[in-house]
Amino acid sequence: MSRCLSDRSIDHAVLERGEVAHTWRTERWDSLRLLTPNWQSRLPGFGYIGDDPDGYRTLAEVIEYIASYADAISAPVITHTTVWSVRNADSGYLVRTDQGDWQCRAVVVASGACNIADVPPFASKVPRSIMQLTAQEYRNPDQLPCGSILVVGASSSGTQIAKEVHRSDRPVILSVGEHIRAPRVYRGKDLEWWMDAAGLLDERYDEVDNIARARRVPSLQLAGTPDRSTLDINALTAMGVKVVGRLAGISEHGRAQFSGSLRNMCALSDLKMGRLLDRIDEWAQRSGFDSAVGPPHRLPPTRVEPAPPLAMELASGEIKTIIWATGYRPDYSWLEVPVLDSRGRIQHDGGVVSAPGMYLMGAQFLRRRKSALIDGAGDDARDLSAHLISYLESRLARIRG
Amino acid sequence: MAEARSSVNNGVNVAALIAAREAITKAPAAAQFKWRAACEWKDGTHSHSTVESFYGLGQEQHHKKIFTFDADHPQIFASEDKGATPVEYILVGLASCLTGAIAAVAQYRNIQLRSVIATIEGDMDARGILGVDEDVRNGFGGIKVTYKIDADAKREDIEALVAQSQKRSAVYDIVTNPTNVTVIVD
Repeated sequence: MSRCLSDRSIDHAVLERGEVAHTWRTERWDSLRLLTPNWQSRLPGFGYIGDDPDGYRTLAEVIEYIASYADAISAPVITHTTVWSVRNADSGYLVRTDQGDWQCRAVVVASGACNIADVPPFASKVPRSIMQLTAQEYRNPDQLPCGSILVVGASSSGTQIAKEVHRSDRPVILSVGEHIRAPRVYRGKDLEWWMDAAGLLDERYDEVDNIARARRVPSLQLAGTPDRSTLDINALTAMGVKVVGRLAGISEHGRAQFSGSLRNMCALSDLKMGRLLDRIDEWAQRSGFDSAVGPPHRLPPTRVEPAPPLAMELASGEIKTIIWATGYRPDYSWLEVPVLDSRGRIQHDGGVVSAPGMYLMGAQFLRRRKSALIDGAGDDARDLSAHLISYLESRLARIRG
Repeated sequence: MAEARSSVNNGVNVAALIAAREAITKAPAAAQFKWRAACEWKDGTHSHSTVESFYGLGQEQHHKKIFTFDADHPQIFASEDKGATPVEYILVGLASCLTGAIAAVAQYRNIQLRSVIATIEGDMDARGILGVDEDVRNGFGGIKVTYKIDADAKREDIEALVAQSQKRSAVYDIVTNPTNVTVIVD
């Protein structure tokens, strides 16, 4: 967005509470790699030029990439500036920060979709003897006491953390709710390559059947690893991870209860993956790409043991740690403009927020399926900066007129 | 194709269901329902239950008539078998809830159903209810539902229908997840 505004000579500032790529520096685990392959990070005019286009950036490389981009475009970033509040003002918005106030005509909310780890309310009933961490706080297995770990959540974060922790000789029990299974490599190509080539990532928010639902879909169960292996429930159970149903509640006495819906959760996920691969195969056939890649195939169904455990006494001492990988929500506590709905979600139309001159970036399926990816920022910024600039111009015309 | 789609009729008024969903989205209070039953002991393990009123859409509601249910136990439990066992009512509840959901989802997805037949079986170790072994639970060890569905759809679409019906079913949720139960004496 900063680049698009600079290109049009729009005076702006980028406020950053820490350093550029702050979240990547401070809120991610050490071994995390970007879920998308190197070639796919295509910030405008700043694509990948290394010799490993199919690899996945390490955390340090992601930080370096984003920081280099800020330098390359001479983004007017003002670091170590925490926004306290944004409120309506006569001329637009008043932004209060710990480094002084700003008056501006327009605001772009790019503070991220994953600020607060969402933990179910019954986490308060976990016995005190058990260490609790969120995926946001987890760094590496050395943080954890020896003994068994319950990882709650089986999307991208939960499955990766479960794998790493289990490999550290801390047996993992993984609680699985709704998730979306996906092969890392399909017919010899990265799944992201297929989704990009087949146009799935470019699908627009105003073209899908139910955008509210599409925005709530959990992240694909993808991991970026050097061996490009698929990390799904089958891979985890093959390693010895024990899989149980969604954590449905914890009683006053610390009895964790798991849903009996595990089989259906896995069936739904297998079916969704099947539909995604069907679309990819149809595109490959239509576009004449079929002969250039391996034949279509399907992954074996997710294996679920006949009677997964439905309960566990947390106070028994077997489980030493619980890691909550139960998703995130954005933090808009500083946003004092009435643009939130009754559930605290920002109301917007493809990133154009309901308050004039306010825009949103980086949210799930904001304008396109790829909106939350690094690769989605360019197109969204082009669209939204165009809207922002025409807003500023019309405002100027009104004042002059 | 459009004509074929519009001719799908599973007897489910999807438009009304969608309208209800929209109305409830706008007025969440209307979504608060209370479902009720009354049960009276007759003799032995025989009881007689009735279902008539419920609360929803902001007011008291009534079924078109009073529905009655006799529950008892079979003669091998030294009972008189004057009705299905309560656990069989649970099976009926689960199968009928899933089946209703299948019809609704099929209508929404433009899938014409010709026949939907579920058989449902719950495994129980009676040592639990008889108090023979404290480690055996009273309820089902597991429940298996088998559907035979004849419909204008591919097998994957039928499987997706059955999976989605589980995701949306109230009784499926009730039997797979814990529920706080309060029983008091007036």
